Amino acid sequence: MNGEMSDVGSGLTLRQVCDILDGEIICRDEFAEQYVASACGCDLMSDVLAFTRPGSVLLTGLANSQVIRTAEMLDLKAVVFVRSKRPDERTIRMAEAIQLVLILSPYPLYESCGRLYAAGLGGCQGITSS
Amino acid sequence: MEVRDMDAATSLHYTFHVHCGDFGKAGDASSRVKRVLQQIGTGPEIVRRVSVACYEAEMNVVIHAHHGMVTLDADLQHISITVEDEGPGIEDIDRAMVPGFSTAPDSIREMGFGAGMGLPNMKSCCNELHIESVKGAGTTVRMIFENA
Repeated sequence: MNGEMSDVGSGLTLRQVCDILDGEIICRDEFAEQYVASACGCDLMSDVLAFTRPGSVLLTGLANSQVIRTAEMLDLKAVVFVRSKRPDERTIRMAEAIQLVLILSPYPLYESCGRLYAAGLGGCQGITSS
Repeated sequence: MEVRDMDAATSLHYTFHVHCGDFGKAGDASSRVKRVLQQIGTGPEIVRRVSVACYEAEMNVVIHAHHGMVTLDADLQHISITVEDEGPGIEDIDRAMVPGFSTAPDSIREMGFGAGMGLPNMKSCCNELHIESVKGAGTTVRMIFENA
């Protein structure tokens, strides 16, 4: 996944993201030292496709293959599945193939997002006009 | 503009089959389009716009149609994505362009799609969007991206 944003600098590493969420990395642990500078929490993949910055981490309550495809199209670095929803093996293999880090968070979407925001990880943009 | 592995006289033409109704494979064609564009050295910002638009169009075909193809054409100046399907067609294209308008069933919404953002997303990603649709026969969506 080649996002345009720098791998070094502000933001959190995916390992830190996982720790803040008391989570578990279930795919591509070897890429967990990458930095992310923004995040998006959403179950509507069309909204994710419209508003999410490349190189971000997506938090979602959906655990299907379309989440991985969406992450692929946008060059996202990681997906956090909230409430520890574990995707099936086929979906995990898809993520492996595109070198996407997958994290399980035991917290619900709101709380998962809140924890990361409080730790300094910002959103993908400010107020949207649409 | 990125340096590309094509000289001015060459152009690319690829066609990919869309697996209609198979949500496990939805996005396969767009994933292949993305890989081709990356392999020829297209800039990441353009690759992302083409991929997102193509994926939205492919999802529409998977959701609504019973047969579909994605065609990628690229030369030094332009990338074009043509998504053709045999399906129900779009009854009112102007209405379908309104953000939030959707005819997708609840089962699709539960998968994170069908929120009525597909066509508006496609329009915002590309430089030109052309839609032709015949009710009961099918739809052709053509998107042009300036490769600069």
